[in-house]
Amino acid sequence: MPVILILREKEYEVNHGMTLRDTLNKIDVQPEAVLAVHQDQLITDEEILIDGAVIKLIAVISGG
Amino acid sequence: MKCRKCGGKAVINMRQHKLSLCTEHYLDWIPEQTERFITKYRMFSPQDRILVAVSGGKDSLSLWDILTQLGYQADGLYIGLGIDGGNGYSDLSQHLSEQFAESRGLSLHVVSVPEEFGATIPEMSTRTLRGKGKPCSVCGLTKRHIMNRMAVESSYDVLATGHNLDDEAAVLFGNTINWQTGFLARQSPVLEAHHPGLMRKVKPLCRFYEREMAAYAILQKIEYVYEECPYAIGSKSIYYKELLNQLEAERPGAKLSFYLSFLKAKDEGLFASKSTQDRTSLNTCHNCGQPTTAPGECAFCRMITAINR
Repeated sequence: MPVILILREKEYEVNHGMTLRDTLNKIDVQPEAVLAVHQDQLITDEEILIDGAVIKLIAVISGG
Repeated sequence: MKCRKCGGKAVINMRQHKLSLCTEHYLDWIPEQTERFITKYRMFSPQDRILVAVSGGKDSLSLWDILTQLGYQADGLYIGLGIDGGNGYSDLSQHLSEQFAESRGLSLHVVSVPEEFGATIPEMSTRTLRGKGKPCSVCGLTKRHIMNRMAVESSYDVLATGHNLDDEAAVLFGNTINWQTGFLARQSPVLEAHHPGLMRKVKPLCRFYEREMAAYAILQKIEYVYEECPYAIGSKSIYYKELLNQLEAERPGAKLSFYLSFLKAKDEGLFASKSTQDRTSLNTCHNCGQPTTAPGECAFCRMITAINR
């Protein structure tokens, strides 16, 4: 099963086994610009994403 | 990855500090560091009455939460801007700010721009040349006017805003690439009140990354507006933040170093003559009595006159 990342209702499917940081770089999302939640827990960029994980990404940049 | 303090599972890794922490130790670390910055920059003392400008976002609500945890006397000020953006942005922001205050027994002042001035921020922006139809300039000017007025009228000692390091670094970057020396001279964690009617302003979160403040709000279970202001999408400040985050990805600590090196250079006298010049050049607005750079009416009063014409 792929890993699914969800950012602002957009879903990305990627292979498991990579770190969160590498995965974010792969889908062109700046690691500094998001926080990742897996099973209601924040996870660090170094976490290796496991098979079937569903990761919610929370955008953190605001401005105006 | 493990928490450096207890060896438990880390929920955040701050590469610029080479520090990873678990929930419990992160929720201790943020207030401890905030207290350190308050002391280092001589922002305020426990005797001072603080007015915190709250928007319903992660930074300002977290700031209010931290200051009250640390035992400071901090009230809130919410400014209703009348921005809908298809998702009731201002209504939701106000609701979350009021809910935050009520749940903690805190005092919140609410000022409604449409009620006080007869138009929402987007409506105002269509009736003035300021900002060329984009509401951000009108919004900034209006908020600065109301924040200063409320803090002075209610006799607070200091106005605190939730600006984080990414906000400060983006402003610094924009002012640097345009060599806005006047603005550079005025950028600081503490803006002293150099004129009667001008409130002292402080930014206790100015050394925390935006990501760290979002993590704090989430871990502290603070309900905040996740959605961005609809008018901020595509803004220059967000573009600058993205550029700085590209740099940060390659060089952890680059944003922090950019800001702290600037503060050090300022301390060592860079921009000193301009800063001195700015302090002495303020006037009092004939209409509202607030400080203004040019003699006569301040920019805010001139804008309100133009809107009602």
